[in-house]
Amino acid sequence: MTSLADPKGGRPAPLHTTFLGKSIRLLATVAITLLGLLFVTFMIGRVMPIDPVLAVIGERATQQQYDETFIALGLDKPLIVQFGIYVRDVLHGDFGTSIRTGQSVAEDIRRVFPATLELATLGTLIGVVLGVPLGVVAAVRKGTWIDQLARLVGLIGYSIPVFWLGLVGLLVFYGILGWVAGPGRLGIFYQGLVEPITGLLLVDSLLRGNITVFKDAFSHIILPASILAYYSMAYISRMTRSFMLEQLSSEYVTTARVKGLSEWKVVWHHAFRNIRVQLITVIALAYANLLEGSVLTEIIFAWPGIGSYITTSLLANDMNSVLGGTIVIGAIFVGLNIFSDLLYRFLDPRSK
Amino acid sequence: MKQRNRFVAAAVVAMLAGGIAAPVMAETPPNMLVIANRIDDIKTFDPAESFEFAGADVSRNVYEKLVNFDPLDLDAGFGPQLAESWEISEDGTEITFTMADGHVFASGNPVTAKDAEFSLRRAVLLNKTPSFILTQFGFTADNVEETIVATDDNTLVLKLDKPYAQSFVLNCLTATIGGIVDSETVMANEVDGDMGNEWLRTNTAGSGPYKVADWKPNESVLMDLNPNYGGDAPAMERVIVQHIQESATQRLMLERGDIDVARNLSPEDVAGLVDTDGVKIVDELRGRLMYFSANQKNEMLADPKVVEALKWATDYQGMADSFLNGQYTVHQAFLPLTFLGALEDKPFTYDMDKAKAALAESGFADCGPIKISVREAQERLDIAQSLQNTWGQLGCDVELIVGTGAQTLDRYRAREHDIYLGAWGPDYPDPNTNAGTFAYNPDNSDEAGATGLLAWRNAWGIPEMSEQTLEAVVENDTGARRDMYLALQKEHQQVSPFGVMFQQIEQNGMGESVENFVAGGATTAVSYWVITK
Amino acid sequence: MSAETSLKEWLLAEEPQSRRQARWGAWYQSWLTFRSNTLAMAGLIILVLIILAAIFAPLLATDDPFAQDLGQRLLAPGVDGHLLGTDSLGRDIYSRLLYGARISIYIVLLVAMVAPLLGLVIGTIAGYMGGWTDEVLMRLTDIFLAFPRLILALAFVAALGAGIENAVLAISLTAWPPYARIARAETLTIRSADFIHAIRLQGAGPIRIITRHIWPLCISSLMIRVTLDMAGIILTAAGLGFLGLGAQPPSPEWGAMISEGRKYILDYWWVATIPGLAIFAISLAFNLLGDGLRDVLDPKEGGA
Repeated sequence: MTSLADPKGGRPAPLHTTFLGKSIRLLATVAITLLGLLFVTFMIGRVMPIDPVLAVIGERATQQQYDETFIALGLDKPLIVQFGIYVRDVLHGDFGTSIRTGQSVAEDIRRVFPATLELATLGTLIGVVLGVPLGVVAAVRKGTWIDQLARLVGLIGYSIPVFWLGLVGLLVFYGILGWVAGPGRLGIFYQGLVEPITGLLLVDSLLRGNITVFKDAFSHIILPASILAYYSMAYISRMTRSFMLEQLSSEYVTTARVKGLSEWKVVWHHAFRNIRVQLITVIALAYANLLEGSVLTEIIFAWPGIGSYITTSLLANDMNSVLGGTIVIGAIFVGLNIFSDLLYRFLDPRSK
Repeated sequence: MKQRNRFVAAAVVAMLAGGIAAPVMAETPPNMLVIANRIDDIKTFDPAESFEFAGADVSRNVYEKLVNFDPLDLDAGFGPQLAESWEISEDGTEITFTMADGHVFASGNPVTAKDAEFSLRRAVLLNKTPSFILTQFGFTADNVEETIVATDDNTLVLKLDKPYAQSFVLNCLTATIGGIVDSETVMANEVDGDMGNEWLRTNTAGSGPYKVADWKPNESVLMDLNPNYGGDAPAMERVIVQHIQESATQRLMLERGDIDVARNLSPEDVAGLVDTDGVKIVDELRGRLMYFSANQKNEMLADPKVVEALKWATDYQGMADSFLNGQYTVHQAFLPLTFLGALEDKPFTYDMDKAKAALAESGFADCGPIKISVREAQERLDIAQSLQNTWGQLGCDVELIVGTGAQTLDRYRAREHDIYLGAWGPDYPDPNTNAGTFAYNPDNSDEAGATGLLAWRNAWGIPEMSEQTLEAVVENDTGARRDMYLALQKEHQQVSPFGVMFQQIEQNGMGESVENFVAGGATTAVSYWVITK
Repeated sequence: MSAETSLKEWLLAEEPQSRRQARWGAWYQSWLTFRSNTLAMAGLIILVLIILAAIFAPLLATDDPFAQDLGQRLLAPGVDGHLLGTDSLGRDIYSRLLYGARISIYIVLLVAMVAPLLGLVIGTIAGYMGGWTDEVLMRLTDIFLAFPRLILALAFVAALGAGIENAVLAISLTAWPPYARIARAETLTIRSADFIHAIRLQGAGPIRIITRHIWPLCISSLMIRVTLDMAGIILTAAGLGFLGLGAQPPSPEWGAMISEGRKYILDYWWVATIPGLAIFAISLAFNLLGDGLRDVLDPKEGGA
């Protein structure tokens, strides 16, 4: 819901400028936003009352070891210099070393990000498959029990604490019923069986033709993905309903009805077709929200994704990891916003 | 419509997939051991640097030491491993080790005295956090060339700066930092003169039964057999340790047969598992102590009668019987049971009358505000809340300051806490590991900056007791040494600002057929190579 | 003619005699619409009940919410007079729940005051001043919007130290950008209105115009948005509590209660489940209410 995607943002769209000018402006905007993001996170890390040196050397270290590490981490330099060095390194693709895992942050992120991507993608996919039809039906049958039910389902989705739903879900579907596999991404004995290509286990296992691993990975992902899907479904169905209502009350729909077109055709061929662009914008937003919002779900399900990576790093004051993770999520968020913004500008019939 | 078709396709996929959602396997392979544990503290496998519990569990199975413990007979103490024998010079400052035959690194290189020399020198030179375990014998970066010397491939000589008790020195060599690495392999991976530190963080080069095949931080450690291991081939050819944070989850996985061993079960989950078929619980006393300590910079807490009152107003047994049930036993001395000279006396009980009497004798009869610094971990929060409750009944105004481990530790080291609620695990299996921190603080000034010493952190200056602690490490008569520690603890128990409350009992849940799972007792770490199932 | 009917007539008069009558009449009309919305009324009722429970917690509670009894721990609901059972330290869950309602309402009120105010100040200044000020402030807004929300809140709490006030501050610091957006958009439409021109001609400075004339007009749209955001605020606060960064023990904050109870979930399901239901109830109430309010204020949109 940044200005880029929000038509109500109010900033005059510089549509009159040239395409090149627009692109440069866009790039500059993105660069400034990302730099700001970096700066804020960096500052938070520096004012945090947790000593990064202690996070490295632990409880038993002597003062001398402390001082050596202090200097090795570059903490003796002025803040602004530290920030400058950091930005320079990031521009070279170097996010530093994680003090918690002892590995390069870029490598860590390469490892954890696909896990979140896979979870959020499947979650959004299920959310779309269930949410869009639900929203359409609710709009068409406005005011009936179906509409009320859809609304209630949505409101419940907005109201349940995700960590609680996760706990209960795990207890019921894994603990009691045994329908799905437990926490984690993959059963322990299947680990390392599939050589990663994309890092997405479902995709990789299919590409490698290993159905057993696919089944196991699916059995692990389906519960957390469904829980996330519930939240995106609540959002998507609600937006779909309101878009559809707007279309259904418009004149051309009335005209189409008068012309004697079947209700199915009116709804799907006319009204629904017109909300596609808006809908994709909403889905992009829902997707972005899941990518950043899966933190608690990841913690409950021991999902080795970027959300739990950032959280645990934060609590250990492993600022390189936090900065790296935040910038990646922030960049994706901004990217998705730009994507839906462009889509809006160029594809939406009404903005032409 | 194209759009709709895509949705339909997605729906069909989802439905098909729904049919195969059930988990595939529910039993672990017979030659593979699968363990659920909290391993998010692993930062490195380098024995010169590794200082965390989960790291020690890996290290013990990967690296052999000059002397080591037999997992099936921990009470016997250290025995030969890479060194088959050793001799002490008459003045007690020189130990000569004779290397044993038949030990081979995973790379195929044989283990020689040169490797031992390299490893110990390296640990001193790198000067990482655990290096004090070796440097306390007088080894420094400047003198290692003279003090740690392999005179030939078969003989290693250590020259100490004082005639320390032999058991003290050898006990220290069984710690993780005493692990012997493959000097050739390590130096081949040296970067910028780091003596292979960077490489050893994620790789292993030892002569132990296993080698690390894969490590995903916060996820899992996978160990395979060392193909060149000199000893009997272990029954478990592959060991996988998976990071599972929640006790409830570990229990579910154990019940379903997804794992063989669950290492972080809560008392409630242990109780729930006791009657489960095919699962057993094995208790093991560990070395970790739970204590509170009072900062002597705080005027009220510097009054010994106030601290005494707090010690009486602590519901030791109530906690041990409820939320700590089965996982901690009441223990009130700074040496954990099974350590040489551990004191079993438990002079303090939950006695409000005595607590009130002691408080009345102090200069602070109405008590006052007390802040308890505690880290965000359920069992410590529970203890803190119980202290808050019972000390509150004394009239103290107790507030909990909860923070992450790093935050609370930061305050503790800066001597800014009132009460610190903490845990302490021995660094090496010798009584000095705890005596040297609970009962040693020769210079209490801020400038001394002895942040590694618990006594200093609590601003407790004890020149005399420090002397006694130093005397105990050079006493070579084991019986006399035991008595010295017993006396030290007796005094400490009464006068110190430390209220030691509990010693940990590790309750591991495992499949019924799993035999010989030894977590390492109070002295060492887990040994996978003796396990069968 | 009873007083009641005359009041009703006065409110529903086709041709109100005074401005006051018109305003009250409009309010009444909205209330009638709102009342006919069953779900919204349900929300209102739940909310009123929770607020009452919070206010009268000392009267309704059966036990001291902080009193521990290690011999009476983890009792099932109904056992030994503990309506909803006891937790791991033997404290009465029902009483803790009541006192916890106070904390939830306290959090909601604080955030509802801080975040919109911040957004209001930034948004109106940006909208009114335009130019560079606008550019800089809106860029700042974008930066905060690009942040992963919960992570930003976590980072703030970690920086400020765990605790309920800091959690509120952290949530507010992450929640203001949408309000700034709304306030700015409103300001842009108001700025060029004739009456603002008139006031400016009379010599009023920007501060006076913004605080006296623009703010009052922005507040109603902000308030609607705040009501709609309440549930989100409660869930974020509970999430922070769950991660141990919100209210500190022994405080009976609901998220922290779930966190404490989760380790017992297999054998003592109620310890974590009951506070979960409480959080669910209050956020559902806010959602129902907000949904109904939107229906009333913007009938065309109908629940979007």
